[in-house]
Amino acid sequence: MDLLLSFFNSLPNAVGQGLIWGIMAIGVYITYRILDVADLTVDGSLTTGGAVCAVCITMGWNPWLSLLAAVLAGMLAGLVTGLLHTACGIPAILAGILTQLALYSLNLRIMAIGDPNAATKATLALSVDNDQLLLSSRYIRYTTLENPLVLLIPVTLLVIALLYWFFGTELGSALRATGANQAMARAQGINTSFGKVLGLVVSNGLVALSGALLAQYQGSATNDMGRGAIVIGLAAVIIGEVLLSRVFRNFALKLLSAVIGAIIYYAVITLVLRLGLESTDLKLLTALVVAIFLAIPYWKGRYFSKHFRRGGASHA
Amino acid sequence: MLDIKGVSKTFNPGTINEKAALRSVSLHLEDGDFVTVIGGNGAGKSTLLNTVAGTYFPDAGTITIGGVDVTRLPEHKRAKYIGRVFQDPMTGTAATMQIEENLALARRRGASRTLRPGITRAERGEYRELLKTLDLGLEDRLTAKVGLLSGGQRQALTLLMASLVKPKLLLLDEHTAALDPKTAAKVLDATEKIVQRDHLTTLMITHNMRDAIVHGNRLIMMYEGRIALDISGEEKKKLTVEDLLAKFGQATGSDEADDKLLLG
Ligand SMILES: Nc1ncnc2c1ncn2[C@@H]1O[C@H](COP(=O)(O)OP(=O)(O)OP(=O)(O)O)[C@@H](O)[C@H]1O
Ligand SMILES: [Mg+2]
Repeated sequence: MDLLLSFFNSLPNAVGQGLIWGIMAIGVYITYRILDVADLTVDGSLTTGGAVCAVCITMGWNPWLSLLAAVLAGMLAGLVTGLLHTACGIPAILAGILTQLALYSLNLRIMAIGDPNAATKATLALSVDNDQLLLSSRYIRYTTLENPLVLLIPVTLLVIALLYWFFGTELGSALRATGANQAMARAQGINTSFGKVLGLVVSNGLVALSGALLAQYQGSATNDMGRGAIVIGLAAVIIGEVLLSRVFRNFALKLLSAVIGAIIYYAVITLVLRLGLESTDLKLLTALVVAIFLAIPYWKGRYFSKHFRRGGASHA
Repeated sequence: MLDIKGVSKTFNPGTINEKAALRSVSLHLEDGDFVTVIGGNGAGKSTLLNTVAGTYFPDAGTITIGGVDVTRLPEHKRAKYIGRVFQDPMTGTAATMQIEENLALARRRGASRTLRPGITRAERGEYRELLKTLDLGLEDRLTAKVGLLSGGQRQALTLLMASLVKPKLLLLDEHTAALDPKTAAKVLDATEKIVQRDHLTTLMITHNMRDAIVHGNRLIMMYEGRIALDISGEEKKKLTVEDLLAKFGQATGSDEADDKLLLG
């Protein structure tokens, strides 16, 4: 009973965290599901978003402007990965790892900007009392306008609405075609390299937005806040799909299901923490969950393919 | 319309896998020519079409389409001149996208992709009418995912997409080879209709000698990266499979024509 009570008590926080990571999951959805690229930049660009936003805020910038700066920084990171992949011919996974690694050093430097006493910093604290923040976990149980959900829900819906519109445009359709079938896309005159770069830019912009919101929410940017982010994003996408793909067919709803997946992820995490697991065990748990959910469709496919794959088209 | 001059292509040069797929091939197509291409496995037919389409660049030679030198133009840029149907029904369409979305992508071939809607209401009506002409019942399934279609339906759709914006050149690489005979005949029929209707300049690879003889106004046969035979006009109209085999033997000094061509 106590357990259940403390679980319900911490649910609002799980929803807050879930919404923030949900935006990150939407970014992952764009690369992983639409473009068919596993982009590992995100572990770095999430932190970059948090770092840039925190630095701007501590320097006294308007918090909305700080948010914008964070998004632009994330987009730049995506651009680098995109160019490493398309213009330099580096496999997408490796290109992402390279950017992520470079961002590790950069993020330490970014967080020290404006501090004459340090060249690098691993954490940058933000304070609700002294800094101008858009949201804070302190108010997650308040029933006032200060509650972070008041900001997070509309922001999430706005992101979904914008992407829904974008992927319905000529350019957005071209991007989807690039992810679905590159040979076809090129035969229809679509510049697939440009499409991939654009997708990575948009995706990492969203991831950085998520990082910027997270830094404010938890009251600090830390150098390891993005570690394993890709796996959390994948977990959210996959949980959302497993639970909702039968009901949610519309594209906007699919994006929403990634967000719901993230909320469920954090609710489950909260529960297992209450059950006595250490927070440091979470990465192991997350990795396990994602591995299993990724394996299930493969195993299913292997089983069914015995019946279907015979007599496929011969290769010329 | 199409001018191929001295085009050569060697794969994996300088390695033990070196393969000269095209050896200084020259070919000129007049506006409205419908050329069928035959030849054994590995003769270089697909390589020829792929170099024209820009899948890869030739090592030597030039390719001109409608007076524009496209030799060094990337694939997506020359796509505005070219309609393509591939051998594998999976290649020509996006399986996870709807029929109408695929058509809308093809409708914008050669145009710049902007932030305007990817498909309009007016287009939908147009696509429905066009799909009716295929007579495959696709007109009622505009929003179905292409992945749900049969191989023949996908090839017919790809054909429609290839000709939605009139191409200067239609490239067909064994586009009926993966289909059962009945479906193959249907798709070939649709091909003939579209080519006639739009007077498309066409290159069609086939392994079926009878199809190669029946269709088109000109026939070329490739052998070891070269054009070994080139038959057109009255001579092509009177051609029989036996003639073709005999001519091939004379041209190449080999008698492997039978098994290589017929079994290929
Ligand atoms: N991408 C490639 N890399 C290496 N070698 C290739 C490549 N494409 C084709 N080849 C080789 O070039 C030669 C010509 O191949 P091509 O595909 O043009 O033959 P084809 O006439 O289309 O034959 P088929 O009737 O079997 O389709 C073959 O020996 C083939 O192995
Ligand atoms: Mg071939």
